[in-house]
Amino acid sequence: MKKYIIFILIAILGWTLAQTFKAIPFGADRRGDLSNPNKVAAYYLRQSPETLQTANSITAIVVNFRGFDTLGEVTVLFLAATGLASILYRKEEEDKTEVERVSLPSSSLVRTGAKILFPLILLLGIYVFVHGHLTPGGGFQGGAIIATGFLLMLITYKHFETNHNVMVWLESLAGLAFVLVGLYGLFMYGSFLQNTKSVGTLNDLISGGLIPLIYIFIGIKVGTELTNILDILLKIKPGREQ
Amino acid sequence: MALILFLIVMAIILIAAAIYAVIQKDLLYAVLATGIISVVLSVFFYLLQAPDVAITEAAIGIALTTIIFIITIRNTSRNEDEYSEDHIKKF
Repeated sequence: MKKYIIFILIAILGWTLAQTFKAIPFGADRRGDLSNPNKVAAYYLRQSPETLQTANSITAIVVNFRGFDTLGEVTVLFLAATGLASILYRKEEEDKTEVERVSLPSSSLVRTGAKILFPLILLLGIYVFVHGHLTPGGGFQGGAIIATGFLLMLITYKHFETNHNVMVWLESLAGLAFVLVGLYGLFMYGSFLQNTKSVGTLNDLISGGLIPLIYIFIGIKVGTELTNILDILLKIKPGREQ
Repeated sequence: MALILFLIVMAIILIAAAIYAVIQKDLLYAVLATGIISVVLSVFFYLLQAPDVAITEAAIGIALTTIIFIITIRNTSRNEDEYSEDHIKKF
């Protein structure tokens, strides 16, 4: 009996919510097509090369028009990394036993190849986030590529260690710098993450105002965060009872 | 025409890998199948003119997620049946 009452209540609630949401246009009146320059999509596509001098309009939307959302995404990733670390991080004083990160040693072919590839992968990652406003890619993509480079080294070499303190400091400072850039916009131009007035010329490496700066911070933050996650995960003892 | 044929073949690989990942009892192979899904998806994103998403999918979907799942399988159990309902009830 109770079950049915609950079902009926949920159905009524769902119906009410559906009726409420039906009345909200969710910006449908502003979406429009590209021919109308006053609608949102056309506005973004026109403003990113003209006002912001950013060749990659996706970057202009992610970092400038929707910069606050990006801050939220970075915070989500930060919280995920922190939660994982708080559950899985082992203090070295508690447990001195050596953890085998990989059960089988890598062959010399793999080790040499990893050594050659590692700096190239890092360079590609840095390229992707430094050129985020010119070519496809950006902070998240570059950071993820850097993390894959570290992953290659972590699973190939038994004694390759990332300095945990340096990683945590870099991550925190990059996150702080993002917020400080946002506050700079708030105090100088009146709104959070507002771009500077001097944005350079289109297709230059230093153009788009604060966009490349923010993407560099995001790249460092995402790269160090994902590397930390992998490092912590790889240090778990296999078959450990929680 | 060749492009459409290629897309159809890729879509078939995508669906086949997805079904394989669901029905496979050995979790290591299932995770590798999800890696294949990511490869195909990344190609799709690139062809559908979303290179930003393609790069993300390539780095995170193929490398990081797969490796994280493999680490998890190493630390838990490789076979899907090992953790039966009785085992879960113990916790």
